[in-house]
Amino acid sequence: MLDPFSHPLNIDYLLRKKKSIRKDLLSHRQAEEKRIAILGGSTTSEVKDMLEIFLLNSGIKPEFYESAYNHYYEDAIFHNDELDKFKPDLIYIHTSAVNISDFPRFEDSADAIDSLLTSQIEKFKTIWDRIETGHSCPVIQNNFEQPYCRGLGNYDGYALHGRSRFISELNIRFGEEARLRANLHLNDINYLSAWVGLQRWYDKTQWYSYKYAMSISAIPFLADSVVSIINAIFGKTKKCLVLDLDNTLWGGVIGDDGLEGIQIGNETAQSEAYTEFQKYVKTLKSRGVILAACSKNDEESARQGFSHPDSILSVDDFSVFKANWSPKHQNILSISKSLNIGMDSLVFVDDNPAERDIVRNNEPQVTVPEMGNSVADYIGILDRSGLFEVISLSTEDARRSAFYSDNQTRESFRTRFESYDSYLRSLEMKADINKITPLYLDRVTQLTNKTNQFNVTTRRYTVLEMEKVARDDGCLTLYGRLHDKFGDNGLVSVMAGTIRGEVLDIDLWLMSCRVLKRGMELAMFDQFVLLAQEKRVKVIYGYYYPTSKNKIVSQLFSEIGFDQVSGSEGKNTVWKLDISLGWINKNSVIEVN
Amino acid sequence: MTKEEICRRLTEIFRDVFDSDLIELSRETVAADIEEWDSLNHIRLIVVIEKEFLIHLKLEELKTLKNVGDMLDLIERKIS
Repeated sequence: MLDPFSHPLNIDYLLRKKKSIRKDLLSHRQAEEKRIAILGGSTTSEVKDMLEIFLLNSGIKPEFYESAYNHYYEDAIFHNDELDKFKPDLIYIHTSAVNISDFPRFEDSADAIDSLLTSQIEKFKTIWDRIETGHSCPVIQNNFEQPYCRGLGNYDGYALHGRSRFISELNIRFGEEARLRANLHLNDINYLSAWVGLQRWYDKTQWYSYKYAMSISAIPFLADSVVSIINAIFGKTKKCLVLDLDNTLWGGVIGDDGLEGIQIGNETAQSEAYTEFQKYVKTLKSRGVILAACSKNDEESARQGFSHPDSILSVDDFSVFKANWSPKHQNILSISKSLNIGMDSLVFVDDNPAERDIVRNNEPQVTVPEMGNSVADYIGILDRSGLFEVISLSTEDARRSAFYSDNQTRESFRTRFESYDSYLRSLEMKADINKITPLYLDRVTQLTNKTNQFNVTTRRYTVLEMEKVARDDGCLTLYGRLHDKFGDNGLVSVMAGTIRGEVLDIDLWLMSCRVLKRGMELAMFDQFVLLAQEKRVKVIYGYYYPTSKNKIVSQLFSEIGFDQVSGSEGKNTVWKLDISLGWINKNSVIEVN
Repeated sequence: MTKEEICRRLTEIFRDVFDSDLIELSRETVAADIEEWDSLNHIRLIVVIEKEFLIHLKLEELKTLKNVGDMLDLIERKIS
């Protein structure tokens, strides 16, 4: 049995076996709990059930609040004790075209239609505003699918009075709002329903009988799409695409067929398909997905494949390049180590079902999509999978692969030095470490939500929460950017603390793994102490909350000179540092500010 | 397809949807006999039946179903 969650989704199996799938996932998966409120504009029961199994499959154990039927507006606008008490981590507003209360009438003037549009938008803006002030959690909002029927036929799509045009216009305005609101994310059911096909999307029997706005068979697609966004919000999207080469990035076997023999370019239908796939991969790379090659080949032949004049990708596009005869799961493990990212951040793409199977069985944390057996389907399967879903595009994302490639250069440079310190000094590192300003809020928040290893408390923040802390005089915040002779590492570290008289509690201390072992944590801490001293702080408390991923910082406070005051190994520990007699800077390798 | 075959496949569907291997169906079985057979699960049951037997059940047909016997008869009529 293939994984029913792998694309194309096995809808029949998911619907029929939902209960046993749920039972199975609950007993096998380690999951992080999240509280999710579903505010529905139609029946949500099946939506909730499907969301649950898709979330469990992504390692999230949801607890749900479900609004009464079609009470999305009331629940968002008016005070609701039950929802307040529920304290959602995320709110999903499941509305659709059935919730558009007014459509243009044929006698309406252009102005009247425009104000109709505005009033529909205003209704939702009020909802989003209220949620922002009342719950300040991320919101996922459906946009609208095209209507079931078109009163004006083809003309409906562009006539001022057409329903389809009205819906398209609403979708554009929703997009404009979502671009302005950091906490609002659109679930594009307009695209999704088109992909599924409106004919399958709508089931009027189910609408009249049970008030389901879309067919039961379309709901797994919907859940899959929402869960991709939830994964992105909670930092669970994948970071690296590990690619096989022969018959994956080009047709044929480079070692046997030679450079002239492989299929790439636009000479044949097959070679065109491989070229398209390379272009798709290149797009992923240019928006921040790290690429790694993993091929059973001689290194030289493997590299030669990219010297083909029609190759879109070049060897430089890969942050790690593994071409040898070792088993692939071993190569993937070493890719994960050299990039310093978890195995659960990797996606492995290979045309060979046997290789996929070996990796799946040996490294179950790696995501291995069923790529099918035709290159023509590769893009569709990978694109539908939502594994690399993004909720915003920062300049950091676009530069990410460069950071990792730079790291590879640093690595080879390191082997030439006598002592580690002399290596660090040779990197000519310069850090900008300062209080968090509005400019950095997005990136800082993004880091709090996706940094799992170097993170002492693993506290997650929304943009709004972070903004509040950054503005609060009773709090200390710092961001750190690091630059060295190989390039800019970007904003890589964040600290936040709360002052209680002469005592300072460290609420958050995290650092991106791409700058591990560079002394950056010491530079950050020195600055933190400096600010604390300005606030007349005498004692600093550090807290370490163990998770399955942050063992790397379990001794961080001890290494800096804190004394342990409570807790024991494997449990939450509390650490204390007295700075009343002064502080000698620990960092000696990074030039700060 | 014989009535026995339809009944066997329908039992399989019930066992999968309600995740219980203990379910046995008779012509007289009604919603009250199976825990969790509420209106929300009923719709999924219908969807899965439609997919299993490659049929489409109309609004008018759905409202005539009183018990499993009605279901068996309707399915038999639709697939013949």
